[in-house]
Amino acid sequence: MNMDFNTILKQINDIFIDVLDNDDIKLTPESTAKDVEEWDSLNHIQLIVAIEKKFKLRFTTAEISSWKTVGEMCSAIEKKLNG
Amino acid sequence: MVLYNELKKNLKKDYSKYKRIKIAILADSASQLLTNAIKGYGFIGQLDYEIFEADYNQIDLQIFDPSSELYQFNPDYIFINRCSEKLLKEFYKKDKATQSSFAEYVTDNTRNYYSTITSRLRSKVIINTFPEINDSVFGNFATKIQSSFVYQVRKTNVLLMDLCQQSKDMFICDLAGLQSELGYSFVFDPKVYINADMVYSIDFLPYIAKHITDIILSITGTFKKCLILDLDNTTWGGIIGDDGVEGIQVGYLGIGKAFTELQLWAKQLKQRGIVLAICSKNTESIAREPFQTHPDMVLRIEDIAVFVANWETKVDNIRHIQSILNIGFDSMVFVDDNPFEREMVRTGIPDITVPELPEDPAEYLIYLRSLNLFETASFTEEDEQRTKQYQEEAQRNILLQTFENESDFLANLQMESEVKPFNSFSIPRVAQLTQRSNQFNLRTIRYTEEDVKRLAADPSWFTMSMSLKDRFGDHGLIAVIILEKQETTFFIDSWIMSCRVLKRGMENFTLNTIVDLAKANGIDTVVGEYIPTKKNGIVRDHYQDLGFELQGDRWVLDVAKYENRNAFITINN
Repeated sequence: MNMDFNTILKQINDIFIDVLDNDDIKLTPESTAKDVEEWDSLNHIQLIVAIEKKFKLRFTTAEISSWKTVGEMCSAIEKKLNG
Repeated sequence: MVLYNELKKNLKKDYSKYKRIKIAILADSASQLLTNAIKGYGFIGQLDYEIFEADYNQIDLQIFDPSSELYQFNPDYIFINRCSEKLLKEFYKKDKATQSSFAEYVTDNTRNYYSTITSRLRSKVIINTFPEINDSVFGNFATKIQSSFVYQVRKTNVLLMDLCQQSKDMFICDLAGLQSELGYSFVFDPKVYINADMVYSIDFLPYIAKHITDIILSITGTFKKCLILDLDNTTWGGIIGDDGVEGIQVGYLGIGKAFTELQLWAKQLKQRGIVLAICSKNTESIAREPFQTHPDMVLRIEDIAVFVANWETKVDNIRHIQSILNIGFDSMVFVDDNPFEREMVRTGIPDITVPELPEDPAEYLIYLRSLNLFETASFTEEDEQRTKQYQEEAQRNILLQTFENESDFLANLQMESEVKPFNSFSIPRVAQLTQRSNQFNLRTIRYTEEDVKRLAADPSWFTMSMSLKDRFGDHGLIAVIILEKQETTFFIDSWIMSCRVLKRGMENFTLNTIVDLAKANGIDTVVGEYIPTKKNGIVRDHYQDLGFELQGDRWVLDVAKYENRNAFITINN
């Protein structure tokens, strides 16, 4: 499945809206957990599981903790999908 | 199954119309998401859960400290959720001798939890079985080793079930059973466990929430009592009107095995007290024939309490079945292969449960099982007699139509009632009636068997159970009266009657009996109260009809002025 960075970001944004139940979320590559009010550690787990399901891939525990921004998360997904 | 995220969204909805239930969740793993799932599933079960979630891993502290938050919260239910992953860790810390008796050790702990809680609270305790983990230390040989975890976790589950059977207010949420249906890799998510110390996968949480809610609903009196089956392509394969008795698929013909297995299941349900009814678009004589003559039919005509086959709509026919059985639509399940009929019944009778069926009959049974439709909080021998009782009721209805007036009919029934204080034989049935009766129930106070035992032994409480039989059959125990003696007054704490005996003069007979008991105990006033619920509207005017006078919000009867009311029931002690 080939998918470019912006498409992934758009889909990640949709997942955030659904999981966090907030239609106003607008993620950028620079967004961090601080920028999104509901993005706490509990919701993080739920987000990861939803993203894995959506893109049909698995992250390692190390990968999950290495991302600092949404952009890094999207790049990791892009690499896995196209790699 | 509904997804966790949907349950989470339910948290923002309005629960104010729903019944309030206080539940404490004590878990040995991180339980925030489980708590959300349970609260959110309450919306589906129409329960407004007020939840106390103990801090992480505080089970012992909350239970053994009498001043803990748990005891201040005073919940209706306590869910003690222990996980297999923590159990395994604890097991590994023990020496070999202790490992060999690990199941007893876990069970003793659980018994201790239960007895400590019930000595301080009236809460019901829900524990869980442990989903099995095969730790692959011994391979298959673990089954031959007492000190293996595989052996001990299985044994623990059996011992917990034994414990639960001896403990009336303990219930088990069977997570091990759910895991055998869904698989370990579905139930447990190692990533979520390692990162957040939550043992259950996000997709499994709704299952736990549903089963907790199923258990609580059944204890509070909401559960299924009747299974209504369509015939063609539901109870057997093919169309009886076209294919004939020899041509329908049941037993070894075609895909008959799928239908036979569904029938075997329905028969088991019938034996445990679920009433079976048939609702089919067919000519009645043709529809009945397989039940009478087909050698491979598991269900026989005597298994069916109400048999309706005609060309009316199914909505009308199910209403007819309901009027004979006299139970709520919300306690009925209707199974039909035809999506059009299902939709019409759902629209016409919103309270009834109509499962979507898979297209392939081979999948009917496994699908129906997965819905856990028939959760129950009790099981007595009388449940097994229920079909016969409903068939007798149909005969009485036919007799009633031959009499000019009701008194002649009642006299002709030759009714006899046995009146007794609660005893060890009646206590389970009494508790069951208090839990199940919604309609003829003046105050809807629910009692467990333990509660009933306490009342029966307390000299300031007077109890009566009443049975009724007539020339068609025995209804068994059908009325429960609990009176609290307050100086020279009897307060009617509970007046519950089975709706099967409505319009028999049983109310009159019961009041006569209460007044007799009052006189024998120097009581001058009998006081009753009606607490309205969504379902007990039929007894709104109960006390007024019986000659009580309204004083404030209580109904009062002067014993001295009471004249015995007309009843066609003889007392038989």
